[in-house]
Amino acid sequence: MEDKAHIVVSKLDPKFKDEVANTPGGEHIKRCFFCGTCSAGCPVHELSDKYNPRKIIRMILLGMRDKVLSSDFVWLCSTCYTCRERCPQDVKLSDVMTAVRNIAVKEGHIHPAYLQQLNLISTQGKIYEIDEFDNRRRERAGLPPLPAKNEDAGSIIEATGLSRLLANRGGS
Amino acid sequence: MKYAIFLGCTIARARHYEMAVSKVAERLGIELVYLDDFACCGFPVRSVDWLSAMSLSARNLSVAESAGLDIATVCSACTATLTECSKELEHNQELRDQVNEKLAVVNAEYNGGVTVKHFARILYEDVGPDRLRSEIKRKLTDLKVASHYGCHYLKPSEIYEGFDDHEFPRTLDELVAITGATPVDYQNKMRCCGGSVLAIDEELCLNIANGKLDDIKTAGADCITLVCPFCSIMYDDNQRKIESTFNSSYNLPVLFYPQLLGLAMGFDPREIGLNMNRVKPTELIAQM
Repeated sequence: MEDKAHIVVSKLDPKFKDEVANTPGGEHIKRCFFCGTCSAGCPVHELSDKYNPRKIIRMILLGMRDKVLSSDFVWLCSTCYTCRERCPQDVKLSDVMTAVRNIAVKEGHIHPAYLQQLNLISTQGKIYEIDEFDNRRRERAGLPPLPAKNEDAGSIIEATGLSRLLANRGGS
Repeated sequence: MKYAIFLGCTIARARHYEMAVSKVAERLGIELVYLDDFACCGFPVRSVDWLSAMSLSARNLSVAESAGLDIATVCSACTATLTECSKELEHNQELRDQVNEKLAVVNAEYNGGVTVKHFARILYEDVGPDRLRSEIKRKLTDLKVASHYGCHYLKPSEIYEGFDDHEFPRTLDELVAITGATPVDYQNKMRCCGGSVLAIDEELCLNIANGKLDDIKTAGADCITLVCPFCSIMYDDNQRKIESTFNSSYNLPVLFYPQLLGLAMGFDPREIGLNMNRVKPTELIAQM
């Protein structure tokens, strides 16, 4: 419990906020003045204390790098953009969460659900594969057939270096 | 009117939506061209690596560019993802160069100029209320419909250039009114469906959707209409599960707007896939 109540200053990484600010989506993180508008309108926070936007920004600005990056809560933003629209400081929290997730992934903390989706897109170009059975049903519905898969998406994932996550199955 | 139709991944679970879009578009003279080379819009990859996601989006834009067509979308997450990419690449030359470097591996290049528009917005803005009204054969009088706009249909608002108000929207309600049905207002109308966290925390996600179904039922709606296949997974596909998890009872049919419009345009319910909705709109059809 002591861990929860106390912050050990020597363990903080004061450069974490700069790292987030230098990652796409995180540019405005330092504008936050903690009004809490983000938490007040968040549909996830309303039902669960596990995800609290204002607290997450505070943790980032304090430099609680390891704790934030290895947390489960960074994956709980529903990307509804309510906070982004209402923020008086234009922090763009939904985008900050994207930036934080991107950094977490680089550190080996990818959520298994995202790893699975990446794997599917990499191998078939989309989340759901279209098989012959689907295409027969499409034909009966008067819809044109769709290709089973798209390989270009996988090539792009290869080119951006993301396939390394699939090779070593990420950290998580 | 001619667009490349971008189905996205989730529509594979909502063939009835595509059937209704196809029928309605044909009747209204909107030509929807299927391009085989479209793949995932990139949205699920944003959380992993933003630049990779942008590259996947840009590749889709380049497919449309090669065909000389703008894109009509049917999923709201695809709409926001592709629109954001298209807008960003319009003015950010550095990012466009970065992205094109990745696209080079598949011999693709995106030079800009492709616009992305949701099919429902095309109905509202390009076809327009007057034309839609002239196609109504069977007014859905006495039907009370709650519109669920969903998040990405209107947000982030800066990429949609003033289309509707993201806090107090009205365009979908107006589209509902065109069918002769009565739009129903309800609390927390702009609440998210929760779909993005379905794979992360299912109970939490179902709980978010449960709140919305409760608000809609309380307002006395007969059914829900929406324009995103993922929102439909939450309210239609998962409605029985939500009812059993939270000991609630809704029995609220969930119709994609083109299904509602298609019904009013006189299509046979089966032609627009109304037999494929999970919560059966049987009573609703019987009242016609």
